[in-house]
Amino acid sequence: MKTDDLVAMLANGDVAVPRRAASRRLRWALLAGVPVSLLILFAEYGMRRDIVQAMFWPMFWVKVLFPLCIAAAGYVAVHRLARPGVAVRQAWLGAALPVLGIWALAAIAWFTMQADDRMPSLMGQSWRICAASIGLMALPVFAATLVALKGMAPTRPALAGAAAGALAGGVGASVYALHCMELTAPFLAVWYVSGIAVPVLVGAVLGPRLLRW
Amino acid sequence: MALRSLFLRGLDGDAKAYRDFLQQLSAHLRAFLGKRLFGWPDEVEDLVQECLLAMHNQRHTYQSDQPLTAWVHAIARYKMIDLLRAKSVRDDLHDPLDDDLAVFAESAEEASDARRDLGGLLETLPERQRLPIVHVKIEGLSVAETANLTGMSESAVKVGIHRGLKALAARFGNRWGEAA
Repeated sequence: MKTDDLVAMLANGDVAVPRRAASRRLRWALLAGVPVSLLILFAEYGMRRDIVQAMFWPMFWVKVLFPLCIAAAGYVAVHRLARPGVAVRQAWLGAALPVLGIWALAAIAWFTMQADDRMPSLMGQSWRICAASIGLMALPVFAATLVALKGMAPTRPALAGAAAGALAGGVGASVYALHCMELTAPFLAVWYVSGIAVPVLVGAVLGPRLLRW
Repeated sequence: MALRSLFLRGLDGDAKAYRDFLQQLSAHLRAFLGKRLFGWPDEVEDLVQECLLAMHNQRHTYQSDQPLTAWVHAIARYKMIDLLRAKSVRDDLHDPLDDDLAVFAESAEEASDARRDLGGLLETLPERQRLPIVHVKIEGLSVAETANLTGMSESAVKVGIHRGLKALAARFGNRWGEAA
């Protein structure tokens, strides 16, 4: 086909697109994914019984909010990576700083506590299921975000997949935090961060395969 | 009018402005890609079309506060890398035709003749392009049957047909390529 014919064909018919159509896709992905994550929480895990009491403990909020910061940074990064020619800029810092912060808290706690208390505070009661549960709760948001990205134009698909993983992992971890009883910084620093890192890595691997356009 | 404002008016539904935009965009892309693919002049126009199609399909990802060139060049670069990657995979299937083969010179002289010797023309193509064309386009076999018959893979058969017809069409006018 001649290029002029192609141009004529493309410009034929309704060429209008709604402004902000791309942002809307990602918002919908989040609106579709988060309720499913919450549903898994309520159906399979249940909210911790002392949730009202826990709300008065600072550590509970650290546990809920540090993954949410990562999710927010992932959301911004996905937005930027989904559009050709838009730089990611500081969004990575938004994901890295909460992790560094929780590691710093964990290091302080580790070195100020009795040697006998260290391992229990690191392993808690639930280290076996923590990362896997976070991964499970991240799954709905992860899948929905990848579907949304599929309809957009990520020119760096591995990074876009990783950012989708950070968004999903962050959401999954803060949803799981409503169930989880652990409150020590070393536990969060290892198991929560691992739980979030899994979707990030999976996203980086799947991105180039799934997000071609 | 500036490219960007034509594009924005197109996004609001102005088909005329959108058409002008694509027209100017294709000239811009031809220059942008031509500079980077000077080794493969044949690929440039294909890639221009590929980019136009991609930009049309992805026009909703453009943010109106973003420089248009950043958006256009990011897509063009992405598609170009895609092409180079695909090219390196199928390069062993690809025999460039020599422009000054004796047969072409003769055929060009007889261009006024309405009938051309199809067999003779096909003989000028390398086997991996000629056989797929003979089997699929002349004998009417399917791509799968041709692949079986020649021992080539199906995608090699398709690439052979595509490249062979293009090489012939380029020299004997578009009428030929479309008729086939």
